[in-house]
Amino acid sequence: MTMKWRGWALATSVLAISAMAQAAPPTAAMLSNACAGCHGTNGGSAGPSMPSLAGQSKEAIVDAMKKFKSGARPATVMGRLAKGFSDADFVAMGEYFSKQKLHATNQTLDAAKIAKGASLQEANCGRCHIEDGKEGKDDTPAMASQWLPYLQIQMADYLSGKRKMPEKMEEKVKPMSKQDLDALLHFYASVK
Amino acid sequence: MTLDRRNFIKLLGGASSLALAACAGTGGSLSGPTGGRRVVVVGGGYGGTIAAKYIRMMDSSIEVVLIERNDHFVSCPFSNLYIGGLMKDLSPLTIKYDKLTANHGVKVLQAEVTGIDAAKKVVMTSSGEVTYDRLVLSPGIDFRTEEIKGYDAKSTPETIPHAWKAGPQTVLLRKQLEAMPAGGTVVLSIPLAPFRCPPGPYERTSMIAMFLKQHKPKSKIIVLDANPDIVSKAGLFKKGWKKHYEGIIDYRPAKKVTEVNAGNKTVVIEGIEDVKGDVINLIPPQRAGQIAVAAGLVGPDKNWCPVNPTTFESTIHKGIHVIGDACVAGAMPKSGYSANSEAKACATNIVNTMNGKELIDFSGINTCYSFISAREAVEVTGVYSVDKAKNAIIAVPGSVGVSPDLSEIEAIYAESWLKNILTEMST
Ligand SMILES: Cc1cc2nc3c(=O)[nH]c(=O)nc-3n(C[C@H](O)[C@H](O)[C@H](O)COP(=O)(O)OP(=O)(O)OC[C@H]3O[C@@H](n4cnc5c(N)ncnc54)[C@H](O)[C@@H]3O)c2cc1C
Repeated sequence: MTMKWRGWALATSVLAISAMAQAAPPTAAMLSNACAGCHGTNGGSAGPSMPSLAGQSKEAIVDAMKKFKSGARPATVMGRLAKGFSDADFVAMGEYFSKQKLHATNQTLDAAKIAKGASLQEANCGRCHIEDGKEGKDDTPAMASQWLPYLQIQMADYLSGKRKMPEKMEEKVKPMSKQDLDALLHFYASVK
Repeated sequence: MTLDRRNFIKLLGGASSLALAACAGTGGSLSGPTGGRRVVVVGGGYGGTIAAKYIRMMDSSIEVVLIERNDHFVSCPFSNLYIGGLMKDLSPLTIKYDKLTANHGVKVLQAEVTGIDAAKKVVMTSSGEVTYDRLVLSPGIDFRTEEIKGYDAKSTPETIPHAWKAGPQTVLLRKQLEAMPAGGTVVLSIPLAPFRCPPGPYERTSMIAMFLKQHKPKSKIIVLDANPDIVSKAGLFKKGWKKHYEGIIDYRPAKKVTEVNAGNKTVVIEGIEDVKGDVINLIPPQRAGQIAVAAGLVGPDKNWCPVNPTTFESTIHKGIHVIGDACVAGAMPKSGYSANSEAKACATNIVNTMNGKELIDFSGINTCYSFISAREAVEVTGVYSVDKAKNAIIAVPGSVGVSPDLSEIEAIYAESWLKNILTEMST
């Protein structure tokens, strides 16, 4: 480069601005791709403590992000990250991930617990966690094929009171033993 | 020079029939005409792998050639844990490229890139010339060794490791720590910011201190920091050091190492104060990877590559995009997660440009964990976007911050961070 710094700066800023003027605001894909570093490509998580977002419902994602933002749901990074986005961004990301194929996780689970969990789920949770947890009523999150460690961390937060259970969930969860709950989580993690 | 047969086969090594077919489509030659749809990506690390993969995911009619000097990549993130003795070997940090070829049809060429002709749109490599329509550079960093008297770029790191590129250097530093007698002194020298991974040197300090506490009684680590204070997560590191490593870490701010004597294991601060160590971990000041410097892509600071904040296209040479540590990404720190986000935005806008579609503004995230003890970690996160008036990447107000405290849960999340980001890069 032989151009002097001044001329260089001038030339480049003009170039850059003309490129910028054309740019459209971030799309749903642009917003969502940034999440994939932690939640996996297209929202299919490979890390046992991070939830998959693929196949999650739009409503559940929007609800989760709003609660992260307000602090209603306990978090480490998610509280701060949620503050970086608008409600419209949440909807865009929610829509994007809801359209991705459910990500089947490959994890070792206990068959006896899965069987026990299946009958418990049927009797207790199936009205909101519909289709064996593949879907959720309203903003109830889909549970199917999530990582067991992720589900266990969430349940621990519920039981300690850090995360507030919806009323209907509390009614069902309270009478259950630790073993029952563990079996339930095994069941949901096993659903493909 | 054209690609010779042996390297052509190497290029296809482990490739699926898909890649073969794609190669046949271009006559198998990377040095000839591109057909107008070829993106060459240099550097198979945190930025380059993601750019290559996402371009193919977004538009499989674009040919992508990823050029990397090694046949594998070792992650710097978590390499401090290996140095601290928390990992047996580097295999959990090592990725290969075969699945990028099998799953996405990325052509991988193992070669050293030696030069770039921006006018002719040609990349010179140790295996011949490769032509491109658009070029993405994610070469990471190289060292400004000339700023340290007595530092020989080749021989000095063989006894005084930097371990700031993961691999043999990381192993060497751990071996030196293991071989050090109890009661010994480790010296860690930190350059002036900006450098790769702002919290990295302080995580390194923590992990070395942990190692000394466990395995080398009465040893200590002297930290010579050229900066006036800890550059990132300062409060958390200070708290963690007090909690775990009182009497082991001797942190000295504003101590800039200007000279090294490999023979008697001494560093010199500002030409006057000698500090001796049994093990010296000297992290030299940094700049963009050498290939970016050679191609004339660095700005007036002569160190880092200025880019358009939407496209990551160089403001110096058109058709060349620079991402990751090598570029100036405004408020974004030089981290692996930043490189990942930048790569995706760059890929989006390359695909859109090649397809005559509108450009999309950048939105990105940084999340970077640091371990302080074997089970406790801290993190810094932020959301980043483009400020049109400033024509630069800025942090979205309110989104940037650090952990409230050291915690075990952050360490658990950190491990999944690593698993996910390395899986993204390699599958
Ligand atoms: C100790 C340490 C800890 C860190 N911890 C974290 C962390 O916890 N989280 C985080 O987000 N970041 C962390 N980082 C930072 C992270 O490693 C970098 O920001 C990231 O690697 C940058 O990506 P990149 O693509 O720019 O470069 P790299 O990932 O280094 O990739 C560059 C690639 O280009 C290749 N290359 C370069 N030149 C050529 C050439 N001429 N020809 C062929 N190939 C070439 C190299 O071989 C390399 O594979 C850490 C860094 C260090 C040193």
